[in-house]
Amino acid sequence: MLKKLSIAAVAALSLTGSYAVAAGGEGHVHDVDFSFEGPFGKFDQNQLQRGLQVYTEVCSACHGLRYVPLRTLADEGGPHLPKDQVRAYAAQMDIFDAELDDDRPRAPTDYFPESGVAEAPDLSLMAKARAGFHGPAGTGINQFIKGMGGPEYIASLLTGYTGEEKEEAGTTFYENTAYPGGWIAMAPPLYGEDVDFADGHSNSIHHEAEDVAAFLMWAAEPKMMARKQAGFVGVLFLSVLTVLLYLTNKKLWAPIKGRKFEV
Amino acid sequence: MSGIPHDHYEPKSGFEKWLHKRLNVVGLLYDTLTIPTPKNLNWMWIWGIVLAFCLALQIVTGIVLVMHYTPHVDQAFASIEHIMRNVNGGHMLRYMHMNGASLFFLAVYIHIFRGLFYGSYKAPREVTWIIGMIIYLLMMATGFMGYVLPWGQMSFWGATVITGLFGAIPFIGESLQTWLLGGPAVDNATLTRFFSLHYLMPFVIAGLVIMHIWAFHTTGNNNPTGVEVRRDSKEEAEKDTLPFWPYFVIKDLFALALILVVFFAIVGFMPNYLGHPDNYIEANPLATPAHIVPEWYFLPFYAILRAFTADVWIVMFTSWITGGIIDAKFFGVLAMFGAIIVMALVPWLDTSRVRSGRFRPQFKWWFYLLVIDFVVLMWCGAMPAEPPYSTISLIGSAYWFAYFLIILPVLGVIEKPESPPATIEEDFEVHYGKPAE
Repeated sequence: MLKKLSIAAVAALSLTGSYAVAAGGEGHVHDVDFSFEGPFGKFDQNQLQRGLQVYTEVCSACHGLRYVPLRTLADEGGPHLPKDQVRAYAAQMDIFDAELDDDRPRAPTDYFPESGVAEAPDLSLMAKARAGFHGPAGTGINQFIKGMGGPEYIASLLTGYTGEEKEEAGTTFYENTAYPGGWIAMAPPLYGEDVDFADGHSNSIHHEAEDVAAFLMWAAEPKMMARKQAGFVGVLFLSVLTVLLYLTNKKLWAPIKGRKFEV
Repeated sequence: MSGIPHDHYEPKSGFEKWLHKRLNVVGLLYDTLTIPTPKNLNWMWIWGIVLAFCLALQIVTGIVLVMHYTPHVDQAFASIEHIMRNVNGGHMLRYMHMNGASLFFLAVYIHIFRGLFYGSYKAPREVTWIIGMIIYLLMMATGFMGYVLPWGQMSFWGATVITGLFGAIPFIGESLQTWLLGGPAVDNATLTRFFSLHYLMPFVIAGLVIMHIWAFHTTGNNNPTGVEVRRDSKEEAEKDTLPFWPYFVIKDLFALALILVVFFAIVGFMPNYLGHPDNYIEANPLATPAHIVPEWYFLPFYAILRAFTADVWIVMFTSWITGGIIDAKFFGVLAMFGAIIVMALVPWLDTSRVRSGRFRPQFKWWFYLLVIDFVVLMWCGAMPAEPPYSTISLIGSAYWFAYFLIILPVLGVIEKPESPPATIEEDFEVHYGKPAE
């Protein structure tokens, strides 16, 4: 009884991870071995900085990051830019200040701008708003192994253009193997060698796509490192508590069950 | 409190005697904590404590989250991101609250199925069962409204679909739906009332939990044999029971700690696994998601709701006989709520004299099938409403109703149960050994 119910419970729980039919369900998403995956995974600070560069030089022309505070670029566990660099980065972008009744340069306490193009979705949470993996049979169990697949979806989308185009009702659509439905309104943003990385890292389209996908994962989940650490502390302390309670319980019940208890 | 004879509280110190004459609060706590509990309770009896913990966790994390949340359609989504990014420890609070709801429902389902297997609902524990079912309904209402608060796409469209169910009620449906929403569609008025009720209901649940505990402290716990504790004398009762403190408190805390290890692993390492990615997209009344799916804990009942489409003969027949008043949509709504109502009525549907499923050779298999049925329905609820899932949902729903309305009443008559042990003491000695003298 106990065993059967537990199996049912585990099955029920594992059945339910982000269902197959979620956004991004039909396209082909390839698995990327990101550094931040798994309980021990960490953001690669250099990769986040490269991703920020790709975002700034390419994506930000249309897409905003309205929920991301600029000051968090200096956070440990994120891109970890020096404070003066963050100030300089923020100052490149203007913001309307109601008190001045005029535009002024952004400060680190401001947020990234909103999308400049109405049709371009905000990217703050994009890496969490898509799931790349849903199988098998729509149960989402493979997310246990591969992760939810949000950044993989982004990387696959950016590299998934086939070069085919079609025009419908005055809009050009581009064929993309990762996009649900196969045709996306966004023109291919990356071709490879779109940016030059200061650290000399490869700027092939695959590397650029993965770097910006990693950056967007950080933008969506800036506290990932703190969260994993809290998870470890929780798991560790509770495991110790569990062992102590197990022994206490065994000792407490030993005379009731007519057994001897020795440690 | 309970009918089981046991020692009662005796005030010892001068202050205790002084207080006891004026307010018997220490005595109440003492009697509650030392209640004689059947000593053969197995590990399926730990979920009550887990549930109590979940309620406390949700209330504590929820109250802090409210300090930073803004219930307005223009700001709700952004205020969640504010909690996730700017509030100290806010991301952990929110993830604990999110996943706390999942643990809450996982625990309540195991708790309910435990009751169904061991016949905990049978006389004299019907009131405990009914209160439990009301708690479960309130939990669903609370969980649903809480899911609306982040104001993501699934929040908005889930709210639209679920409140639409009330719109399916003939004659009054439309006005009722408008009244519930505070307008013609899900909007700010809906968000603010859901927020208010999401804050209120946990406290109603807490009150009912006290009633639930009070009720089974009046009758005494059920146990895996379904055999009652002997009550003729204190000596006999003590052979069947142990005081709740410390024996079951420590046992339950051990189980709770183990469950929390898993809980913290999920919160720490994969907090969005049980959520839906679409809820990280802000609500947009103009863009309907490709597939609207509720949270996992509603999926079995969502599958039942969608199973009864207009081409099912029983739906056609009902529609014809009621002159179209009960159409497919309303039939689905009735089926969904009916699925919970038949479960609530199980004390009067089960005709077997033997309480515990352990001694019912045929019942066991029907019960295991019900558990499988529940999981299959959950899976179907997450799938699109098209073949083969619609057919599987229909079969699954039919079995759910058949179990309560046909199998349980009939089994009680035709089944030949095995004989349970005479006493709990006897069962305990067989399973766990004899107490040291």
